[in-house]
Amino acid sequence: MTVDPKKWRRPLALLALAGLVFLAQNYAGAYYVRVLIIVAINAVLVVALNLSNGFTGVFSLGHVGFMAMGAYISSILTLPVAMKATNLNLPHWLAGVQLGFLPATLIAAVITVIVAVIIGWPLMRLSGHYVTVATLGFLVIVRVVLINADSYTRGARTFSGVPPYTNLWWAVGWLVLTIYAANRLIRSPYGRAMIAVREDPLGAQSVGVSILGSRQWAFGTSAFFTAIGGALYAHFLSSFSPAAFYFSMTFNLIIMLVVGGMGSITGSVLGAAGITLISEFFRNLERGGVVLGVRIPPLYGMSQIVMAVLFMIIIVYRPIGIMGQKELSWSDVSRWLSARLRPPAAGTADTGRPVGRGVSGD
Amino acid sequence: MLSTGNYILQQTINALSLGSVYALVAIGLAMVFGILQLINFAHGDLMMLSCYVFFFLAAAGVPFVAALLLAVLAGALMGVVMERVAYRRLRGRASVSMLLSSLAVSIILQNLVILVESPQARSFPAPDYLSTPLRLGVLTTSTIDVITVAAAVALLIGLTLLVTRTRVGIAMRAAADDLMAANLVGINLNSVIVFAFAVGSALAAVAGFLWATRVGKFDPMMGFLPVLKAFVAAVIGGFGSLPGAVLGGYVLGFLEIFLIGFLPPGLSTFRDALVFFILIVVLLIRPNGILGSTEGEKV
Amino acid sequence: MLEVRDLDVYYGNIRAVAGVSLTVGDGETVCLIGSNGAGKSTILRTISGLLRPRRGEILYNGHALTTLSPFQIVGLGVAHCPEGRHIFGSLTVHENLVMGAVQRKAGPEVTADLDKVYGLFPRLAERRSQTAATLSGGEQQMLAIGRALMRRPSLLLLDEPSLGLAPIIVDTIFQVIAEMKKSGLTILLVEQNAHRALEVADRGYVLETGRIVAQGTAAEFLADADLARAYLGEVSHALDR
Repeated sequence: MTVDPKKWRRPLALLALAGLVFLAQNYAGAYYVRVLIIVAINAVLVVALNLSNGFTGVFSLGHVGFMAMGAYISSILTLPVAMKATNLNLPHWLAGVQLGFLPATLIAAVITVIVAVIIGWPLMRLSGHYVTVATLGFLVIVRVVLINADSYTRGARTFSGVPPYTNLWWAVGWLVLTIYAANRLIRSPYGRAMIAVREDPLGAQSVGVSILGSRQWAFGTSAFFTAIGGALYAHFLSSFSPAAFYFSMTFNLIIMLVVGGMGSITGSVLGAAGITLISEFFRNLERGGVVLGVRIPPLYGMSQIVMAVLFMIIIVYRPIGIMGQKELSWSDVSRWLSARLRPPAAGTADTGRPVGRGVSGD
Repeated sequence: MLSTGNYILQQTINALSLGSVYALVAIGLAMVFGILQLINFAHGDLMMLSCYVFFFLAAAGVPFVAALLLAVLAGALMGVVMERVAYRRLRGRASVSMLLSSLAVSIILQNLVILVESPQARSFPAPDYLSTPLRLGVLTTSTIDVITVAAAVALLIGLTLLVTRTRVGIAMRAAADDLMAANLVGINLNSVIVFAFAVGSALAAVAGFLWATRVGKFDPMMGFLPVLKAFVAAVIGGFGSLPGAVLGGYVLGFLEIFLIGFLPPGLSTFRDALVFFILIVVLLIRPNGILGSTEGEKV
Repeated sequence: MLEVRDLDVYYGNIRAVAGVSLTVGDGETVCLIGSNGAGKSTILRTISGLLRPRRGEILYNGHALTTLSPFQIVGLGVAHCPEGRHIFGSLTVHENLVMGAVQRKAGPEVTADLDKVYGLFPRLAERRSQTAATLSGGEQQMLAIGRALMRRPSLLLLDEPSLGLAPIIVDTIFQVIAEMKKSGLTILLVEQNAHRALEVADRGYVLETGRIVAQGTAAEFLADADLARAYLGEVSHALDR
């Protein structure tokens, strides 16, 4: 009986990942586990964002609105009945409901997708800047609704008491699913249509590709997983307010997206990881302290400034980000491994599949 | 109690005042967008920075008019520096690059002020006589409202002269009209762009002063919502066109005031959301705005 | 004096102009003729600095143009009246003409040139306060030429001035070109209407898929029956049957 190595590499990789999560969960310090969870959640959000901004060229600045919807809806559903009674003023069919993490997350995601499809119908017809600012408008609308529907959301005040269900297993689990779904979508006919539309809308139209259809698919899928990310986030923080889902969060995700490379799923994960870690580092510095013998006073907001400056530098000098539009493929990994385990042979060729340009220009 | 007629008149003045502020901010956005296809999110932060400059000058004892002029000048200067540092190198790249850069600039400016100053709102030191009520016959309005409208009208007249009588002003309109032809004719694009940023930023600075006086206070985030609304205004009127920006500003001012005025009380806080809803509707029916052509790119 | 040597111009990976060399002497009117897509407009756009060549040189009165920006090239006295006119639609006729002189110092000379242009194109004088977008095609072409003349150029690049215009208007335009030629202006003219172009020009080059396939004096072209058949529309007569 011969063993086909290719068939086994995915399950093996998943097993290895599961092993790593197990180790981290049980042996790493609590702080590091928290950082890893944030990295995973950010990765979910950025991969989802990439489906819209990177692969379709519909540059949305409003996705955090979907994140907020996922967060709030799932939290309202999982909040213990007692807390619901004290904090919120829900209609009675909702006030007695308390769902588990998974059903609440899924319901929130589905509702979010419905909204995404509804607003997508007008929005996806727009082009260029208009759709970008329209999505920003959506973000503002969501915020205003959150602040005003305070019997459901506690308005601008903190929404607390959310059961802290999110652990590394959930976060990584959803991340794997998100990557899988994104991959499937990109390789599907819809996905190829999306990329065709991004590269050359006129050409794509002339070959019969439905611009609207492919955009809607991407936007809807993107919203689904963004909402999941929001739910994960809400059940990680356990208390939050609408301010967590506004401009700051939007910008953080955009940085991760661009740094990772719009149009590369691998890039999104790497960008999420890298930027999360870097900004964690700077946020720790914000509290002030002694660095290299020099006393630094507390500088709140400094990490944002540093990240924004880094972002501007990246846009000018390396706009395609880390991965551009290429993905890390299995052959890349095996080549890397074999190079480490054996003396390197003659030059290695790049197996990435460049499909055009990113932020660098048309 | 006021009669309905007087109430409407009063709200009209209110709307004109608000519209004036939006128009002043929207013009700056339209000027820059017309030439560079850049939506400058940091435009609102120029408003904010000018307010802080005015505040510190006034606190240092500089007399009101001088402080105002200096603050406006500072605004213009900061706009020019912003262009040079953040946007010049990105010309010719995909338009989303400049937009992202403007987001970054906005974050940097807001956080810098929060860091150096404080995130707390401060009371705006406008001269007291500006906030006093003014009686116009049977109406009572605020002096600042009248001043706002008067200032806007004066500035708009000045701007019209600037863009129709001076070479650099005409060149700016030419560049917004057809960039390639502007190149061929020998227009110095750098000069024109600097001009657009300087004038647009100066207008934003004035708008910032008027806005802060109305509201009574100012804070590092004050520019965010006005710039979004000014963008909506510019789109309503016809994005990229200067008359469109002005028209859109006033239309938006009226829509906002009369929508709050006549909405059922429970919904009045949704005003901001309504503004964006209007934006989406306009983009769907008439993406080129009131003054724009009816053709254009749609999917 | 304009000298183009071994010019190669690419659009992305597509070569539009291959190894083109031509000269235009002072005071000469030279035309580039050939069918659509032959690369004629590309050559003009490379001369005026809108495009960069991949290979080759362009020298104007000793200055190398290929490294200069359009702004600088206009500064050397080159005016390009592009294909499709590209007038400033939202500006008035008068403002368009004023923009033509944007690099010159404002003053009596510019005013004198304005009067000259209005003299040349009385229709424009009638419509001086009208928005340029409301002009007819022929008037827009006159405006475009007038705007280029406001530069007081030493070299005028004219791209397809007769495109899309009624024959009567084309007559007027070529009359004006002839007058400009008489006043000593150096002109490089790109035209699909080869007959007209050769009537007004001193010399001509024929382009086909980016290469020069024939060159000579205008008289030679007009006299040569084969060339006439191929390029001057005799072929289209054959198709009429």
